[in-house]
Amino acid sequence: MTEISARAPVNWSAPSSESRRRRRHAADRRLQAYGLIAISIAIGLLAILVMSLIVTGHSAFVQTELTLRLDISADRVKREDPASGDYRAIIADALAAHFLEIDNPRDRRALARIATNNAQFMVRDAVVADPSVIGGTLTLPVPVSDPYDQLNKGYIDPDLPEEQRRLSDLEIGWFNALADKGLIAAPFNWGLFVNADSRFPELAGLSGAIVGSFYALLVCFLISFPVGIAAAVYLEEFAPRSRASDVLEVNINNLAAVPSIVFGLLGLAVFLNFFGLPRSAPLVGGMVLSLMTLPTIIIVTRAALKAVPPSLREAALGMGASKHQMIAHHVLPLALPGILTGTIIGLAQALGESAPLLLIGMNAFVTSAPGGVLDASTALSTQIFIWADSPERGFVSRTSAGILVLLGFLIVMNLIAIILRRRFERKW
Amino acid sequence: MNELTTASLESGVPAPAMPALEDGAGESVAMRVRDACVFYGDKQALFDISIDINACSVTSLIGPSGCGKSTFLRCLNRMNDTIEGARVTGEFLLGGRDIYDPGLDVVELRARVGMVFQKPNPFPKSIFENVAYGPRIHGIARSRADLEEVVVGSLVKAGLFEEVKDRLLEPGTGLSGGQQQRLCIARAIAVSPEVILMDEPCSALDPIATARIEELIDELRANYTIIIVTHSMQQAARVSQRTAFFHLGILVEEGETSHIFTNPDDERTQDYITGRFG
Repeated sequence: MTEISARAPVNWSAPSSESRRRRRHAADRRLQAYGLIAISIAIGLLAILVMSLIVTGHSAFVQTELTLRLDISADRVKREDPASGDYRAIIADALAAHFLEIDNPRDRRALARIATNNAQFMVRDAVVADPSVIGGTLTLPVPVSDPYDQLNKGYIDPDLPEEQRRLSDLEIGWFNALADKGLIAAPFNWGLFVNADSRFPELAGLSGAIVGSFYALLVCFLISFPVGIAAAVYLEEFAPRSRASDVLEVNINNLAAVPSIVFGLLGLAVFLNFFGLPRSAPLVGGMVLSLMTLPTIIIVTRAALKAVPPSLREAALGMGASKHQMIAHHVLPLALPGILTGTIIGLAQALGESAPLLLIGMNAFVTSAPGGVLDASTALSTQIFIWADSPERGFVSRTSAGILVLLGFLIVMNLIAIILRRRFERKW
Repeated sequence: MNELTTASLESGVPAPAMPALEDGAGESVAMRVRDACVFYGDKQALFDISIDINACSVTSLIGPSGCGKSTFLRCLNRMNDTIEGARVTGEFLLGGRDIYDPGLDVVELRARVGMVFQKPNPFPKSIFENVAYGPRIHGIARSRADLEEVVVGSLVKAGLFEEVKDRLLEPGTGLSGGQQQRLCIARAIAVSPEVILMDEPCSALDPIATARIEELIDELRANYTIIIVTHSMQQAARVSQRTAFFHLGILVEEGETSHIFTNPDDERTQDYITGRFG
C-alpha cells in the first residue's frame, strides 16, 4: 500500500501529456478522414457509372418518329380483307408524295427505307382496327429506321466524307426536308417498355425481358422463401449441435459463395437434361435463381432468428408455450422484418444475375412477351447481354437504357425492403 | 439433454439433513426435491439438494452470485431443458409426481409452475394480449367474454388493473419497468399456476416499484406457492416465511426466515447474512 501512495501524482498539464493528447486527437481525425475518403471514392465511382450510363442511354428514351399521311386507296386494300393489302406500296407512295422529283425506282426504294421496316404492319394493324379509313386517308406516326434515328439524335456527323457515314448526302437531304415540313418528332419512347425484342433497334423494347424477369423472380420467391425459412428455423431452433450440423452450416455458407454460373450448369444438367423441362423458360430460370437465393435467405433468416432476444423465448417457454408456438407466435413475427429485407436483397441479386440464365437458354431471341412460366423468354440481365452483343448503332444506347431500367428496378426493390423493415419493426 | 436418474447418489457427498420435515410439520408441501444434482457439461453446478417447499407460502433462495440458486429455481419448471449440455438428476415431486418423468408434458408443467424473470420481458404485444396469451394457448378461456374475465381478474390480482384499464390495447412494452414486471406476474397467474417461480424479480426496479412487488408477493401468498431468488437479504426477510441459503452449489441451510436471519445454525450462513462475504 505504502509503495503505491508513494508515487508522484500525475501532472496532467505537463508538456508530455499535452502532446500525447494531441497525438490521440490527431489519430481520431485521421481515422475519420480515411473513412470520408473511402466513401467519396465509392460514391464517385458509382456516380461515374451512372453518369456514363445516362450519357449513353438517355437517347434511347426518345424515339424519332415520322408522321405519314397515308392514302388508303381501295385499289391497294380490299374492303373484304383489309389484312392483306399492299401496305409497303402505300408507305412508299406517302413518302414519294413529298419528293415528286424522284423518278427512278432505286431512289424510291431508298426513300421508303426512312420509315422502319415494320411500318407496313403498323399501318395494317391501324386499318384492320378501323376499316372505315379504306378509300380515305390515315395520318399515322411511325418510327424512323435506325440510321435516321441516329442522324436525328446527332450520332451521324453530316460533315464527314460521304463514304464514311451510313447515310448519303441525298438521304440526309430527304430527312432534313421532312424535318423542315414539321413531320419529324421525337416523343418519349414508350416502345422501350411496351415492345418485346426486335432485330430493328428502333422497335426493340424490354417488355419481354421485364415480364420474363418477373416470372423468374416469382418462381424464385415461391421456392426459396418458404424453403429458406423452414431450413433456417430448423437449423436455428431444432437441430442439435453436432458435427453433422456444423458441416451443414459451413456448406450452406459455402453455397452462398459458389459462382452463379455453376448453378447454371447444374440447372442445365438437372432441370433441362434430366427432368426435360423446356429451354429458355422463366420456370427453369426461377428454379436456378432460387438455388442461388436459398443460401442467402437461410443465412439472413438465421441471423434474424438469432437476434430475437432470449428473454422473449424464455417468456414464451415459461408460459408453457410449446416450441412451435414460441416460434410461430413470438420469434418469427419479430424476425420477419429482417427476413423480408434479406429476401428482397436476395431477389434483387437474382434479378441482376445473368450467367446462370445464359446457360439455360434465357438469352434466346424472343419477339413477344411470355404468356406464362413455360414460354420461352429473356430476362432483363440477359436482354442487356443480347443488346450489348448486337452490331447496330441503336443497340448501344438501348443497352445503357436497359441497364438503367434494371438499376431502377433494383432501387425500387431495395426501397421496398427498407419500407417493409420500418413498417414491421417492433421495439421490445 | 436431461436424463432422469432417480438413483443419483453417485458421489460420496453426504446428503444434507432435511430440515423441512422437522420444521414444517403439519404444513402441506407443494414441491419436494430430493438429491438434486445439475451438471453443465462436465461441471457440476448443484450438489444433492433436498428441500421441501411449503404450499401457500413464500420461500426465498439466497446466496452469493454463482451459488446455484437460479439454476435450482430453473430446475423446478424444467427451464434448464433449453440449455444445451445441462443435465439434471434427482427427484422433483410436484403433487406426488416427478416433473422429470418422461410421461409428464413440459407444457403442462410450465402452466402449473409459472415463472417471472429477472428482467421484465412482456411480449411485444398489447397488454391484453400479454395476459391472454397463456389462457389462449392452454385453452383455459374459450369465449371472448371468458377471456376478458381471466385477463381482468389477473390484472386485478397483480395490482395493475387500475393503472392500465384505459389502455389495455396499448403495447405492454410501453409500461414502466415496475408495471412491466407486474404485467409479467399477471401473465403468469392468468393460467392459475400452483407455484410461481421468481428469479430476482426486483433487481431491475427502483425501490418504490420494488415495494409494490413485495406487497403483491405477500398478497399472492394466500393462493400461490412462491419461490423467489433474491440478492437482497432485506427482501428475503420481508417477504418470505422460509429461507434457503445456497453456497457453492450446496444447500447450506434451510429453515424459517426468522430463524435463518437471527440465529443460523451454520457458520457460513452467519458470515453471509452479516456481510462478511458474498
